[in-house]
Amino acid sequence: MSTPAPLRVAYRDLALYRGFWKANFVAAFIQPMLYLLGIGLGVGELVDNGPDSAELLGGVSYFGFYSSALLATTAMFTSSQEALWPTMDGFQWSNAYRAMVSTPIEPRDVATGLTIYYAVRATVGAIGVAVVLALFGDTRSWGLIPAVPGAVLTGLAFAVPIAAWTSTRTTGDSFPAILRFGVLPMFLFSGAFYPIKQLPDWLEPVAWLTPLWHGVELCRGLVLGGLTSVELVGHIAALSGFVIVGWAICTITFRRRLQP
Amino acid sequence: MPPPLITARSLVKRFGDLVAVDGIDVDVQPGEAFGFLGPNGAGKTSTMRMIGCVSPVSSGRLEIFGLDPAHEGRAIRSRIGVVPQLDQLDQELTVMENLVIYARYFDIPRAVAQSRAVELLDFVQLADRADDKVDPLSGGQKRRVSIARSLISEPELLLLDEPTTGLDPQARHLLWDRLHQLKERGATLVLTTHYMDEAEQLCDRLVVMDGGRIVAEGSPRALITEYATREVLEMRFGRGRNEERVDDVLGVGERVEVLPDRLLVYVADGESALAELHARSVIPESALVRRSSLEDVFLRLTGRTLVD
Repeated sequence: MSTPAPLRVAYRDLALYRGFWKANFVAAFIQPMLYLLGIGLGVGELVDNGPDSAELLGGVSYFGFYSSALLATTAMFTSSQEALWPTMDGFQWSNAYRAMVSTPIEPRDVATGLTIYYAVRATVGAIGVAVVLALFGDTRSWGLIPAVPGAVLTGLAFAVPIAAWTSTRTTGDSFPAILRFGVLPMFLFSGAFYPIKQLPDWLEPVAWLTPLWHGVELCRGLVLGGLTSVELVGHIAALSGFVIVGWAICTITFRRRLQP
Repeated sequence: MPPPLITARSLVKRFGDLVAVDGIDVDVQPGEAFGFLGPNGAGKTSTMRMIGCVSPVSSGRLEIFGLDPAHEGRAIRSRIGVVPQLDQLDQELTVMENLVIYARYFDIPRAVAQSRAVELLDFVQLADRADDKVDPLSGGQKRRVSIARSLISEPELLLLDEPTTGLDPQARHLLWDRLHQLKERGATLVLTTHYMDEAEQLCDRLVVMDGGRIVAEGSPRALITEYATREVLEMRFGRGRNEERVDDVLGVGERVEVLPDRLLVYVADGESALAELHARSVIPESALVRRSSLEDVFLRLTGRTLVD
């Protein structure tokens, strides 16, 4: 029986991942734990005692508000990084993707296989965060289960478009800038730490355009409840849009890179 | 005669304004060992990449197994083995994993892949390194892993792009020996090289490429006979002084080439030419007589040496 070509691609990346998935899982567990203790509890104490906090946060504790967003932000960070240096390796350093397309594998299979691999990695990370959230009363909910695929989708909305960029590069010189000026500002301004209503009016619509805002709202809504079905569909559609457009660009840039 | 495995007519590859392959005609027969000989930038690798269906043809016609790479690339690639110029191995995986994962790209079942990998590692004399990671292997060993990997799909055609560049002589001879064995088993080999001894060793027939064009074609022996004399007398008069001695040596051979560090005199009998020069009191700092090679063919055709 024949195995679809993208799975054969993902199999190679997963074979490498097998060497370090445990470290990846532990990191996905420890990092949010540190954020939770540092910001969720510390800042939370300050905020929850503030005069209008209950109204601003929609009646939830700051701990619950912030920590539910961690599902999306952790997925963003790990998936973005995965689409930079480790993906570059296949195009430039080990040339593994070049080797693949000299076999019956096509560049578009590489794009799809890579997406599958990012999804598996993001799932491991998201489960790590979900396990941490399940330890705390404010975030212990059945909503954590659908929030895991929500976080994975958020991760893909970053990884797949970034992979298209990576495939056009011959060095990693631009990669730190992507993290510093692209990913980090989203972390700060996309509603993870405070509702975007707190932003200046002109900045609020900018937040709507970022994949992270959709990811944060989706994961938070699933964990804490209170998501309308229109919002649910809207966020999933927006995130899927980033993935699909990113994938379509990848099929073009991968072909140009691998079969010039 | 069976139909050719590879047919190229007026084949061109352009990258923007650069013409890498400038209208070549090639036929490769089944079971043949065919070589593209030329310096860096001659268009050898671009030609190989078009044959390997990983680079679209800019213009002209190309058929492999009678199929068109533009529409049947996947089908053609499933019947080709490729040994790239730079090894594309996964350094962090074991030798065995590299072979099995590569076999999966061809959708070869895991069990079949494993038994073939065992045989192939034995063939390239790396059976004892099967469970070691690739990273610590030597250059020659890695190249042998690449060859084993390229054979895992039992290809009808094997493409080797500069298979021994960067290897020490011992590793190179071991590799040549394995390639000879493949040839004896009836494999069709197409290789590029800028080593004339490699071309002489391995190729039944070859084309000499320069600047994207084919400048000569034939068997190594026939090319040498056609474009060079039987022997070459090499003389050194000291750096910078070779040029001014050309007039002194004219007439003893059929042709003289001036290189920065030496003079080459093309002649049927090198020793008697040297004796004649001695009689004329033309005494070089050093002299040696050798059989002519493809290097001389290349020099004759292009005025340049293969390896600068």
